[in-house]
Amino acid sequence: MKLSYYPGCTLKSHARNFDESTVASMARLGVEVKELDRWNCCGTVHGLASDDLMHRMAPITNLIRVKEESANAFMTSCAMCYNTLKRANQAVRADADALSTINDFLSLENTKYTGDVEVLHLLEILRDQVGFEKITSLVKRPLKGLRVACYYGCLLVRPESVAIDDVENPTVMEKLVTALGATPVRFPLKTECCGAYHTVGQPELIADRTNRILGNAYDGAADVVVVSCPLCAYNLDHRQQEARRIYSDFHPLPVLYFTQLMSIALGCDNAVLCFDLHHVDPQPALAGLGLV
Amino acid sequence: MMTPLRITPARLGDSFVAQVEQISSQRILACYQCGNCSAGCPMSDHMDVLPNQIIRMVQLGMREQLLASKAIWACVSCMTCNSRCPKNVRIAEVIEAVREIVLRTNERRDCLPIAELSPETLAALPPIALISSMRKLTS
Ligand code: SF4
Ligand code: SF4
Repeated sequence: MKLSYYPGCTLKSHARNFDESTVASMARLGVEVKELDRWNCCGTVHGLASDDLMHRMAPITNLIRVKEESANAFMTSCAMCYNTLKRANQAVRADADALSTINDFLSLENTKYTGDVEVLHLLEILRDQVGFEKITSLVKRPLKGLRVACYYGCLLVRPESVAIDDVENPTVMEKLVTALGATPVRFPLKTECCGAYHTVGQPELIADRTNRILGNAYDGAADVVVVSCPLCAYNLDHRQQEARRIYSDFHPLPVLYFTQLMSIALGCDNAVLCFDLHHVDPQPALAGLGLV
Repeated sequence: MMTPLRITPARLGDSFVAQVEQISSQRILACYQCGNCSAGCPMSDHMDVLPNQIIRMVQLGMREQLLASKAIWACVSCMTCNSRCPKNVRIAEVIEAVREIVLRTNERRDCLPIAELSPETLAALPPIALISSMRKLTS
């Protein structure tokens, strides 16, 4: 199987651990992930104003690039890119006037966008196209004994029109980590917002969110937390520094991308894990179970 | 002495209400103030007026008070309120419309101290954080 892949800006810089582990683990599953030759920033957030066509241009340009490579679907592992690209796609599919204005604006493009590209998240591919049973059959190093809190945040489940799973109680990541041999833990705050971009101007606000969310994972006796968004990862991992300073009862927890757990379980080279990019080193928790 | 209470639809045609409805494509009067949106809002601790109060203030045409509130900038469009509103009001879209009304003036009332951030801080922040914060908080 071959799959067009949109990595997004952060996966090529601060979240190379996400990018490299995506490509490596998919190869182990027999899926050739082909990065688009050309792509641009998705814009990161979907403009919510009904008349905001300008911020649809960046995502729609990417959908044009997919078409230009003769594909009718593509995958991204970043939850934020997924959300933004998919919502822009839905918005233009529902509004022919808006789509024609956007095509007019992008008149220097050789290809017109007609709403004919599907935006998929990697977790959907794993569930619907690869299948958890096949994943289990390819596991080389089962994640036995590893207790995992699966964090979805906002973008994989809200709004409902782009949700990859149940809005209030998604379980696709729990099924994935179970397929890898790990044990998912009870984690009621798994869809609670991490505070997102407030990390730029208000790190203490994020420390408060991180303290609550990771505290909840800790209460479930999690060894690690897995995520699918580089902004969630930054907030939940790097902002533990502030959380530790402010909250005396805060317990640090390693935060990983679900693709890193896949890479470990499927026997990929440890170099793709790029643990040097983490704030809280996941290695002690994994080494304790003989996983790294 | 009895205070006369006058109920009037005068605000309904208010240009602020119309502007918010137009930018957000929401019907503001659909909200019946149950408070569900505020109950689940992760940012409510950091708001001076709660999401249901924001909607109420729009209904009442309280333009200046709302445009000066901190809460409209605290909202991160997490969509929790939208997914739980029994009246299908998309509160996040309404709040975005109010932010847009501020950002679309030529006063440059940006809510992000980018110039005050050190080069080290800027280098440490991932692009996803910087781009989204600028998209949401600056004009
Ligand atoms: S949940 Fe909906 S109906 Fe209830 S107060 Fe909020 S906007 Fe109004
Ligand atoms: S979208 Fe805004 S108002 Fe609604 S729950 Fe999230 S932060 Fe609160």
